[in-house]
Amino acid sequence: MTLDGKCPSGPLPGKWEKHCHDLKLVSPANKRKYRIIVVGTGLAGASAAATLGELGYNVESFCYQDSPRRAHSIAAQGGINAAKNYPNDGDSTYRLFHDTIKGGDFRAREANVYRLASISSRIIDQCVAQGVPFARDYAGYLDTRSFGGAQVSRTFYARGQTGQQLLLGAYAALSRQVRAGTVRIHPRTEMLDLVVVNGEAKGITVRDMVTGRISGHAADAVCLCTGGYTNVFYLSTNAMGSNVTATFRAYRKGAFFANPCYTQIHPTCIPVTGDHQAKLTLMSESLRNDGRVWVPKVRADRRPPHEIPEEERDYYLERKYPAFGNLAPRDISSRAAKEVCDGGHGVGPGGRGVYLDFSDAISRVGEGKIRERYGNLFEMYEKITGEDAYKRPMRIYPAPHYAMGGLWVDYNLESSLPGLFVLGEANFSDHGANRLGASALMQGLADGYFIIPHTISHYLAQTRPGAANQGDPAFIQSVEACEALIKKLLSIKGKKTVNEFHRELGRIMWEDAGMARSRESLERALRRIPELRAEFWENVIIPGGEAELNQELEKAGRVADFLEFGELLARDALHRNESCGGHFRTEYQTPDGEAKRDDENYCYAAAWEYKGDGREPELHKEPLVFEDVHLAVRSYK
Amino acid sequence: MDLTLFVWKQSGPEAPGRLEEYRAKDITQDMSFLEMLDMVNEGLIREGRDPIAFDHDCREGICGMCSQVVNGVPHGPLEKTTICQLHMRHFRDGDTLYIEPFRARAFPVIRDLIVDRSGLERIIRSGGYISVHTGGVPDANVILIPKADADIAMDAAECIGCGACVAACPNGSAMLFTAAKVAHLALLPQGRAEGARRVCLMTEEMMKEGFGSCGNHYECQSVCPKGIKVKFIAKLNREFIKAKVKGG
Ligand SMILES: Cc1cc2nc3c(=O)[nH]c(=O)nc-3n(C[C@H](O)[C@H](O)[C@H](O)COP(=O)(O)OP(=O)(O)OC[C@H]3O[C@@H](n4cnc5c(N)ncnc54)[C@H](O)[C@@H]3O)c2cc1C
Ligand code: FES
Repeated sequence: MTLDGKCPSGPLPGKWEKHCHDLKLVSPANKRKYRIIVVGTGLAGASAAATLGELGYNVESFCYQDSPRRAHSIAAQGGINAAKNYPNDGDSTYRLFHDTIKGGDFRAREANVYRLASISSRIIDQCVAQGVPFARDYAGYLDTRSFGGAQVSRTFYARGQTGQQLLLGAYAALSRQVRAGTVRIHPRTEMLDLVVVNGEAKGITVRDMVTGRISGHAADAVCLCTGGYTNVFYLSTNAMGSNVTATFRAYRKGAFFANPCYTQIHPTCIPVTGDHQAKLTLMSESLRNDGRVWVPKVRADRRPPHEIPEEERDYYLERKYPAFGNLAPRDISSRAAKEVCDGGHGVGPGGRGVYLDFSDAISRVGEGKIRERYGNLFEMYEKITGEDAYKRPMRIYPAPHYAMGGLWVDYNLESSLPGLFVLGEANFSDHGANRLGASALMQGLADGYFIIPHTISHYLAQTRPGAANQGDPAFIQSVEACEALIKKLLSIKGKKTVNEFHRELGRIMWEDAGMARSRESLERALRRIPELRAEFWENVIIPGGEAELNQELEKAGRVADFLEFGELLARDALHRNESCGGHFRTEYQTPDGEAKRDDENYCYAAAWEYKGDGREPELHKEPLVFEDVHLAVRSYK
Repeated sequence: MDLTLFVWKQSGPEAPGRLEEYRAKDITQDMSFLEMLDMVNEGLIREGRDPIAFDHDCREGICGMCSQVVNGVPHGPLEKTTICQLHMRHFRDGDTLYIEPFRARAFPVIRDLIVDRSGLERIIRSGGYISVHTGGVPDANVILIPKADADIAMDAAECIGCGACVAACPNGSAMLFTAAKVAHLALLPQGRAEGARRVCLMTEEMMKEGFGSCGNHYECQSVCPKGIKVKFIAKLNREFIKAKVKGG
């Protein structure tokens, strides 16, 4: 089946405005009759729930943390892009659009990306009005910095805690609606299933994580804003609870999963120290504004960095990509780091690290300035490694970070299941095969504040409010199925812990479907994952019971889904016989080791449809049509 | 290194709690404190015993989910560090650690080291926002904010709302938390319009939730993982008095 993204026709500028005009509205008096479920309270979910509540809808907001404001968006450090062109350095909506399309290696939808770029400015206005304390210059104007993949300075930031400040802003807006009575918050509640009635999404089944009670919640539409799935690699920069459960279980109910193989490995993370490690910590890409990346030219050079003279250092990003240097996009920088480490030039334990050196910047602008720009990141680095990065270069290495893939959505952010909308990192829509830094926050807020309020009304206006309720057979069946699954998990009483399985899955994914993949490695992954999954269902041990707070049980449910999803990711990677963005197939590269796309055969979004356990999912293609940009070899040289 | 842990175990809000003894063996310096607990838990699970329940999520010191008291100090011995960012290199072989939940009248225990901090959310809900609609706002650069003001507002806004301040306070007061939220908005021109109403509503809610009043002990400041200063409490008090004088 050929999928239709339902992009409106006409020239790119003005498409969205015209489309908004064509969308149906729900009258103010009728809005409160509609109930909308919003799962997730990160930037996408919090902004959506707040805005929908403000419009007068009845909103139920869910998250697994004890407070919505702890959603993982809180951890974003570096900043948020917007085409304000405040510095007058040549930025424009068109440039942001073009950078994002190119950054995504020409695997995103033009119309979506243009809309995102054109909304970006309003996001900054909105956040400032909410009281987000962005960095300012001495005259009181907003300050910006540069990020990878761009030659203009368009990233707005609040110290090294931009995500925190944006989320606190969205949470404030959400709290205002809770007080106004339009939004109800369900914290410590995990979504376990999507409920579909007559082919449309009409609710969810959740588990109260304190009491263990499973219950159904009915609504007129459901928005999933549940974040990314990179914890399929076990070690990633995501929060410990980040999961694929919500989106994967929606996939099992009929929503298509698009481009799962597009995962981003972030170049600047603190290297792994040992098996005990539970997660990896990102050092914001903004550091690459002032830090220079290098490795010793001599292999296995064990000298401390300050003893290695300038001429014996290889500033490999500056050497290979002179135009962008240390600000080369993430996928390219990560692969370059892997390449020098594979070549034996890596530093630190196991030779899995490269230096990020601030000494030039410190002598240029002084330590005080660097401290002001990145103080909290340097502190974090010292806490974790015990090393002082003002004195010796940081050691960094790539780590799984972001999921470009996600549930397939059309231009209205509606999935292949009517009534199910997907926002933020959970959808696949705007970043193609690679996301540029500071663009995820932008997308989450664009989706939540400015897009979903328009598009969801179009769907609701064509449905009768309150059509489904918790007593419907679909809800009862869903609750029973979730209860049965939990009973089954608890009854296994095997020998291996959930973490052991997750670690093993992570190892398979990282080795065989990570930064570089090949037919051979992916076929191996497709053999190993089902074996591991079978072992999981025979040998996992989960203590405790179902009707209580049981953190191992929560983890087990998530890992069970990762064990299925990992296979889908590998399958998608295997089918895509090209390299593009974060998807690097070793068979498809240029002589100098760059990704080699195949536009003739793979210029489409791959959307997978679940066909039942033990059966192969079916591939649907959405052709990507480029009317405005010219498909080109992506060069940062 | 090997350590001895005494950890608070409590199966539910109504159940009695007690300190239970555990051994943490083969701990390395570069493990984080929570990774040490992960390891202890994996051992317990394999032995068919009940693992220690504790809250955590980002493990980067920013979400504010982690909440443990180590040897009497919320977030443990290292200054300006959440428990998830504390690493084992700050401990020695043979150490004995007492690990307890954040305790306060307004923070009932849910299980083991997990407490209910929803009172903090209700303080925000009572008025901790600027009442702006989505859309229809002026260009961001129309509101000029001198760097110095923006910086101080940001110092306050850095609060991660973990509740360590409450746990450290002999009165169980949420004054530092509330003050940080009030000050962040009161320091910005956008937030001034509702300033008087906000400070009254938030202070009132704080009292209603069963948080104690501030006795100027300043324990809160010394345990705050983000280094939020008590000068913001003075700011809150000034705002409160101003509001009351105005009859707000
Ligand atoms: C360390 C780090 C730094 C980053 N820095 C930047 C940056 O500087 N700039 C940038 O643009 N991007 C950055 N990103 C990416 C960006 O932060 C994320 O892509 C973005 O915040 C995702 O927002 P979201 O709203 O889609 O999801 P999230 O913020 O991840 O929120 C997910 C929500 O879904 C809920 N949820 C998930 N599963 C379930 C379930 N089963 N049941 C119920 N609730 C569920 C969670 O409780 C949570 O509320 C960074 C990411 C990381 C990890
Ligand atoms: S787990 Fe997020 S602050 Fe500690």
